[in-house]
This record gives sequence, structure tokens and C-alpha cells, in this order.
Amino acid sequence: MQDDLDTIKTRILAATAAANSLESLERVRVEALGRKGRITALMKGLGAMDPETRKSAGAALNVLKDDVAAAIEARQEDLAGATLDARLMEEKVDVTLPVRAEGRGRVHPITQTIDEVIAIFGEMGFTVAEGPDIEDDWHNFTALNIPPEHPARQEHDTFYLPGMAGGHRRVLRTHTSPVQIRTMGEQKPPLRIIVPGRTYRCDYDATHSPMFHQVEGLVVDETTHMGHLKGCLIEFCRAYFGVEDLPVRFRPSYFPFTEPSAEVDIGCTRAGGAFRIGHGDDWLEILGCGMVHPKVLENCGIDAARYQGFAFGLGVERIAMLKYGIGDLRTFFESDLRWLRHYGFPALHIPSMVGGLNP
Amino acid sequence: MKVPLSWLKDHLDTDAPVDEIARRLTMVGLEVEEVIDRSHGLAGFVVARVLTAEPHPNADRLTVCRVDTGSATTQVVCGAANARAGMLGVFAAAGAVIPGTGMRLKKASIRGVESNGMLLSAREVGLSDEHEGIIELPGDAPVGAPAAGVMGLSDPVIDIAVTPNRGDCLGIRGIARDLSAAGLGTLKPVDADPVPGTFRSPIAVDLQFDAECADACPYFVGRAIRGVKNAESPGWLRDKLGAVGLRPISALVDITNYLTIGLCRPLHVFDADKVGGDLHVRLARAGESLPALNGKVYELDAGMTVIADDHGAEALGGVIGGERTGCTADSVNIFVESALFDPVRTAATGRKLNLMSDARYRFERGIDPAFLVDGMEIATRLILDLCGGEPSQLVIAGAEPPPRRPIALRPGRVGTFGGADVPAHEVERILTALGFTIDKDGETLTVGVPSWRSDIVGEACLIEEVVRIHGYDRIPALPLERTTPLPHPARAPEQRRRAAAGRVLAGRGLVEAVTLSFIASGDAALFGGAPESTHLVNPISSELDVMRPSVLPNLIAACGSNADRGAADAALFEVGPQYAGDEPQDQATVAAGVRAGRTGPRNWADSPRPVDVFDAKGDVLAVLAALGAPSESLRVSADAPPWYHPGRSGTVRLGPKTVLACFGEIHPGVLGKMDVKGPIAGFEVFLDHLPKLRARKSAAKPHLELSPLQPVERDFAFVVDEDVAADAVLAAARGADKSLIAEVRVFDVFSGGNVGAGKKSLAINVTLQPTEKTLTDAEIDAVARKVVASVEKATGGTLRT
Repeated sequence: MQDDLDTIKTRILAATAAANSLESLERVRVEALGRKGRITALMKGLGAMDPETRKSAGAALNVLKDDVAAAIEARQEDLAGATLDARLMEEKVDVTLPVRAEGRGRVHPITQTIDEVIAIFGEMGFTVAEGPDIEDDWHNFTALNIPPEHPARQEHDTFYLPGMAGGHRRVLRTHTSPVQIRTMGEQKPPLRIIVPGRTYRCDYDATHSPMFHQVEGLVVDETTHMGHLKGCLIEFCRAYFGVEDLPVRFRPSYFPFTEPSAEVDIGCTRAGGAFRIGHGDDWLEILGCGMVHPKVLENCGIDAARYQGFAFGLGVERIAMLKYGIGDLRTFFESDLRWLRHYGFPALHIPSMVGGLNP
Repeated sequence: MKVPLSWLKDHLDTDAPVDEIARRLTMVGLEVEEVIDRSHGLAGFVVARVLTAEPHPNADRLTVCRVDTGSATTQVVCGAANARAGMLGVFAAAGAVIPGTGMRLKKASIRGVESNGMLLSAREVGLSDEHEGIIELPGDAPVGAPAAGVMGLSDPVIDIAVTPNRGDCLGIRGIARDLSAAGLGTLKPVDADPVPGTFRSPIAVDLQFDAECADACPYFVGRAIRGVKNAESPGWLRDKLGAVGLRPISALVDITNYLTIGLCRPLHVFDADKVGGDLHVRLARAGESLPALNGKVYELDAGMTVIADDHGAEALGGVIGGERTGCTADSVNIFVESALFDPVRTAATGRKLNLMSDARYRFERGIDPAFLVDGMEIATRLILDLCGGEPSQLVIAGAEPPPRRPIALRPGRVGTFGGADVPAHEVERILTALGFTIDKDGETLTVGVPSWRSDIVGEACLIEEVVRIHGYDRIPALPLERTTPLPHPARAPEQRRRAAAGRVLAGRGLVEAVTLSFIASGDAALFGGAPESTHLVNPISSELDVMRPSVLPNLIAACGSNADRGAADAALFEVGPQYAGDEPQDQATVAAGVRAGRTGPRNWADSPRPVDVFDAKGDVLAVLAALGAPSESLRVSADAPPWYHPGRSGTVRLGPKTVLACFGEIHPGVLGKMDVKGPIAGFEVFLDHLPKLRARKSAAKPHLELSPLQPVERDFAFVVDEDVAADAVLAAARGADKSLIAEVRVFDVFSGGNVGAGKKSLAINVTLQPTEKTLTDAEIDAVARKVVASVEKATGGTLRT
């Protein structure tokens, strides 16, 4: 009996191994284990045996059945795997083909730079204030302590509009400083604002654009002095340019709306013909600032005996050019896609102090 | 302001090297733009004597010179007419580079005669434009000595950008005073002792002003000097003026320039013999004109101050002298003017006449009103020294304006305002060195302001004086104190929304542009037009003459220029202002965008298609969704401004009135007028029209109910009239059973074929989401019947079977 079973097993296993498709393997399975299969028939024969013989033969048959089933199943997996492999090989593509077209959107470097500036000053407690581009000469000049015949007023190359506002000529704002006046007229100290925005001067050549952007800053409270002005702007310069020990220099200067006034230089080097920001033998002017002139506070109805503070203004294109190596101011506004894609930023690169300002 | 080091040292006793002086100037607020080394490039150039000068054998205009260069005798072919034996010139040997031309000299044969170098003109040396002949050096110059030294070029010139408040530093003495206060030397005294007059001036002066314009010229000092000889100035004076870029003219003119530059005291010299009668200082009369010293004739008006004689205007006060009475080489009797003119009126006059002069530049920034007599005495002494003559007594009209009120300075404010820790004695030293006077009254200082510092008006000004001389670099930098433990968001919600709109559009593949706020009025007319109030009075060009009424024209024009550069499929956006008028509330912030040409470059997988209205609509809805517009309340209608394609454009509204956005294909007629190829799909989202974001009590989102039951989908196709809006079909289907129908989508639109003329087939997919129990077939069928009935009722369509 056992010899017979061994022979059967050998035969079935050989057939199993020989099956080279799922279909032929199924035939082997049916022949062995199907309802009319060889092993099924032997199982049926057990009923005719005496109990003793049945017990031992039954055990042997069960072993055989399990072994055969396991072998067939294993072979089935092999064959299924091979079939899948074959299909997958047929599905092969050339992965070096380019992907489907995707948008290559970009954020303009002016937007990015303003976002960076806001991220830094936001950390220092400044909030964003805004004002109109079409101003009047009271807000743009007179309230800022620039009377009509003042030489500084003539240097502004102002664009004029035909209308008047309360007896004052309409102008395109020449700087973001009029928003100081508007803010101080509407809010009470303490104030801590920055004002990004468009500004206009009637000048167009290689280094001037009739429109450009500034960020104004204003702090008014009872204690802020020039030491704070220095601290605030030094931290800004270092954070913005990403140079921790960037040399920052304050030089006395003149603006009608601040007193004392200063211009701020950062260290740079032109050694070897390459411009680099940081320690070096040269200085580069990047912004103007000063303590708010008491007359400006009084023009806004703020008690200059009690309140004081500082203001600053910086050119967005200028600091963007310096940081990102952009050579020509006019290219910012030419909407050349090649330029925009090169100097622009991915949509999700949103600057923040915790996430980082620099890519 | 150009300051030769030697001239500075006339006023400042210092041993400091020029680099240290320049650094300190910058750090006290007198920003040095450049230290000009005028001897640069002249290292090998020497004084040479022309020994012989013979005509060139083969050329009429050339001279062959034997030249003694101190170390050798050599031959030079020279083209200058003034080359002659005995003269001293500037010699450059072969191999030298000529500064004026940048050329390297070579030994050459000129028309057959050997030339071993060159005798230079002023232009070739880089001194001036003078190219008439070669430079003639003074007869006592040592042959063979470096020419730069002999010509006074070894004296460096410091070029300073003087800020408009520092009129006093438009004289070299003012700059010297700042340096002495900063500890870089001692200010030398200036000799302004009176020169006694020996006779009464034949010319009198009167100030003819009404009370309301008396400040036009409140004070006038004059003096006649008779018997002068107006010759060429001596070398020292010509060198000084040459160093600051002024052309020496004659001793009298040069002396006035010398006082202007050195002491910031502009003067004018009349030829007394040409003055008819007395001088009257008055406002110009209508129709009066002045032939000025610069050869031009100026038409004057009643706002301008003139100095007139009996003939009429002879000089424009504080601006320029007149041709007729100006002094010349032949003048013998002169009248010198040292006057005070109103800064505002002087500035306005100069601007109106488009006339800048050294005098105007100084008067409009404020002249020392207490230096008229001193200036006159200094000038008199110089004139007597250089031109001889005999001075009259002074003629004085008006009076020196009273000194300004002293200013109170609380020394503690230097620290609490200026941020600098400056000891009390140092505060006093600095102010005194700058010419301020100090009266101590307890803690507070009563500070008298020097007459030349009209810019000092309050305590803050005094603090600036102290701190700038003390040094801004010595102010300790302090961090700004936090006003709250954590910073508040820097941007307000509406500002955040604007920033987000740009990021959303960039994320959708559009590239951000920033374009000018002004455009051509012709283009503006295509986009609703610019009102008269937004036309610039002084545009930089007719192409940029109005404030833009829409952001689109710039973006469309950019598509055109990019197409010209080979990038036809531009996708651009801008978040920026547009202007409906000149009031602040007329300015609106708009997120506008355009997509031009096709959806992308040709690609092996997806072929691109021309852009259309749905690209623009997609951009609009994406922006609105990202900014939190209530999407279920938005209504899209088929109307839009005329710059859009009338059949392929729409408007998104919130409620009946609030227009949130317009979108569509740009009207081909508009594109044609702008000369830009289409198609272009564009949009404008009016960010200011979005509902204000209200502060919410909680950031929590609404409770989420998730059904465990499987959703069921059913498709329907309706035949409706061509003009039935898909939106109506969707709304009707959605409304058929609000509790069960979760979503309705259009998946096919088809017309033609067997649908019938004037009809279209619209196929929709309806998702039912059971919430309580699985739906039976009967229940599903019931909902389906409700959908059909609702759509048919609302649209007049029929279910397609």
C-alpha cells in the first residue's frame, strides 16, 4: 500500500513540476484531487476497509493528500508569479520620457522680498499698514516737514495729477512715508508698523524706474531711542542677508522728517571683481532712517513732548538685487518669462522666521 | 562740493592724512563720495623746456621741437600753434599712457621726422576740455620736475555730498568747523578786520519792498572801489578754482568765486561806470527781462528779486548777474554787492527760469545772515591786494535779521532720545566747537544757535549735533523691547488673503509679474477708460500717461512681448492696484491673470489645447475657494465687461450686487487693437469685495458626520434647450432630495446628431449618500424619479431615453 502511495506521489509531483501553465497545473490538480481524482478515489476506498487498516491507510492518504496539495499550491504561486512577471515586462515603458506638462508658476522676487521683510519685522512686533498710491502733497510732503520750496521736495521728481484734495495737489506718492502720517492720524501710540508699497518718481534711466517699491517702518512710543533704532535695523540686515556677523554702519545724514537722521551701510567686498555682502573693505548704503521729527508728530496730533520713536525706509528692489544678484532695476517690471522663471520663487516657498527666510 | 585738501587746510590746522579726514567727514554726516587724486596717471610726466621749434619740413601745421626734459634732450613733433622756443610744457615720453585719451604713446616717425614723446594739452592731461594748444607752465618751474606738482595736481580733492540742510558746509570753512569739532584739528581764525573806506560811495542802495515781501532782501551791504586793474588772477587763486572745477576768468570774478566756495559768501561785482544812478533792490516788474552773464536773456516776473539801476534790472538777486553792468577786464571803478536773499524766493526764481548757479544753490539752502560785512571786508582786502584801488565806506541798506531764539537742551535727552552716553562736559565742548553758545540754567542748557545754522530749530536738532560729532558708531545698539510675549500676526486677515491669492495662482502654474501702475490712455480706453483725474500731468512718456483702470492690459501686453521672444504660451498674474479715480477709496487691489495660446508645450502624453474661458474660471474659483469665499453662495452669470468675449465670459457674484470676479476669453477686438495674438483667457478677482473676515470665537470646524453606508451613483441625460444653463440643471437635480443627494456632476455635454436643432444633451452623475440605512432599489428609483421631475420642471427638458 505504502509503495503504491509513494509511486502515486512521485507521479503527481512530477506532473506538478512539469506543468508549465496554470491551466495544465489545474489539470494535474483535478486528476489528483478533483472529485474524480486519483487520491479522491483512494479516499473513497477507505470506507470498505476494516477499522485497523483504515486507520493506518487513512493517515497515509492524508499525508499524501496534504503533500500533493502543498506542492500544487507552491507550483501555482510560481506559475502565477511568472505570468505576472511576463505581463509586467510587456508593460515596460521608457521612463526617460519626460513627464506630462506641469505648470511652472513663480512668485515675483519683489513679492518674495516683501514677504521676507514682513517675516523679520513681524517677529519684532511690527504689523503691516497701507495707504493709497495717489496721495496729496500734504501727506507726501508738507506733513513730513518738507515745505513747498524745500530743496528736498525738488529732488523728489514728483508725478502730479490734475486734482486737488482739501487744497492740496494730488501726487503719486514719492515714498511710503505718507502712510506714517495716515497711521498716526488714525491710531494712537504705541505704534509699530511697516508699510510695503509702490512708490513713484518721474525718472527713467539705467538705475531709475518710474515705479519702485519701498518698505517704510515706524515705531512710536514713550521710550524708543536711537539705540533701539540701531538694534532693530542691525538685526534686520543680518537676518535678511543671512549673514550673522554682517557689519552694519550708521552714518549721520539728513531727511526732513527725521532728526537725528542716519543712512545705514552694510559691509561688502569687491575683491577679485566679485561683489559679496559681508566682511570686507567696502560699504554699501541700503537704507535711510532716523528719529521721527517732533514736527511730524505734531502734524499728526501726537504730543511730541511725551512720544518719540523712529522711522526708516528701504528700497525693496535694491535689497532684492543685492541679495539675489539681480543686475538691472528695470528688468523687474519687464514681465519677461525667462527672467521671472529664473529669479522667481516656487509658490510654496513662503518665508518665515521659524521656517527659514532663505531657500 | 569739491574740497581740495590744501584749501581745507587754509581753515583747519591739522596733520591728519587725507584718508582719515575723509573717513571722519563721512562719519559726521558729510558723506565723502570720492577722494580724487588728480595726479593719478601723471607719474612720468615732467616739466620740459622747448629749446628750439622749427617748421616741419613736410607739413605746414607741425613744428619740430628740441626739448630739454631735465634728464635728456629729445625731439618731439608737435601740432600746437603755441609751441615755441623758450616755453615750458608738460612732456610725456614714449611708453606713457595719455590720461585724456587712454592711448599709449609710441615712438613714431611723423611725416618722416622722428618724434620721441609728446607735449600735452590740458585735455590730454585730463584737466579740462581745453585743447587749443599745449599747456604753458610758469617760467620758474624747474625743468625735469614732476609736472603734477608744478600744476598743483598733487593736492587731493575730497568730493562731499552735502545734504540740503547743511548750507553752511557749502563753504569750505563750514566743513573745517565740523572737522575741528570732531577733534581732527583746530579751526584757524579768519581775518575780517574792517578796511577803512576813504570816500563816500557814489552809488547808493535802497530796498524797495512792501512789508509783506520785505524778507525778499532784508539786508544789503555794498561798497565802491575805484581805480582797480582787473587782470588775470595769480597762480594760487587760479589753481584753487581749477581744483574745484571753476574756470579762472579775471581777478574780480575769481575773488567772488573764491569767497563763494571758501566762505559760502556769494558776491556780485558791478562795473560802477555802467550803473545808471543808484541801485534799487525790488521785485521785478511784469515784462522786465535780464540779459544775464551767461549770455541768455531771462523774462522776469513779479515774484523775482532784482537789483536794478535807473535803466532797469541789472542782476537777479541771489541767482545771477547781468551782462550790461558786469565787470570786465577794462573795469576801473566797481561796486561790490554782499546781500541776503530769501531762500524760498531764490529757489522759486531759479526753478522757474531753469537756472542753477553757485549762488542760487547756496542762497536756497540758507546763507549766514551775519557774515555780510565780514564777507565784504575779506573781499575788499583781496581786491586791493590783487587789483589795487581805493575802497569807499560801506553802503548798508536794511539790517541784519535779529538772532534766533535760543533753544533749551536737557542734556539727559542725549541719552533718552539720542541713545548715546555723552558726558555733560563733552556735550558742551561739541556744541561750543560748532559755534553754539551755552547758558547753564540748572540742569537745562540754553543754547544759542550760530547765525550760519538755519537748520537748527529744536532740541532734537541739538541732540543730533551732539550725537553725530560724538559718533553714531558709539551709540550702543539695543533690541526693540517686545510689547507682547509673542508677536501678533504682522498681516491683517485681508492682507493675508491678498498674499495667499498670489501663492494660489503661482501654485496653479501662473507666473507672477509686477507691472507699472500707469499705462497708455489708448490702452486704458479698451478697459473702461481712465477718468480725467487719473491722467498724469507730467508723464514720462505718452505710453505711460494714465493710472491703469485694470491690471489686464499690462498682462496682455506682456503676453505679446513674450510671444515676440518665442514664448507664446504665457501664463501670468499680478496682484496689484487699479484706479477708478484719485480718491483713496478709488484704488482697488485685484488679482488678475492671463493664460495665452495653448495649455502648454506639445507633449507625448497629453496634447495641449487652446486656452479657453474655463481655464480662467478655474483660476477664479481656485482663488475664491482658497480665500474662503462662501462657495455655495457664489453665482456665476454670463455677463462681463466689454473687454471680454461676449459669449465666453462670466461674472461671479456674491448676492445680487457684489461682483467678486470677472473672467473669460479676452475680446479678439481688444487683442487686435493691442496687437497681441490670441486666444487669451483672463480674469480679475476683486479682492476688496470679498466679505470681511470676522474674528471667530473658535477655530473649530463644523462637526463631521461620516456615514458607514456605501454611496450610490446614478447617471441621467437630459435634452434641454441650447440656452439652458448647466447651472440650472445642477441646481434642480441637487434640490430634488437635499438629504440624500451629496453631489451632482456634469460629465457630458453634447449637441447635434439626433439631439435636435436648438437642443443639447446634458449628462449628469448624481451621488446619493444614505445616512441611516442602505437604500433599497425602490428607494433609489424614487429619488431618481424626483431628480427627473425636478430637472424637467425647472428647465423644460426631457430625460433622454
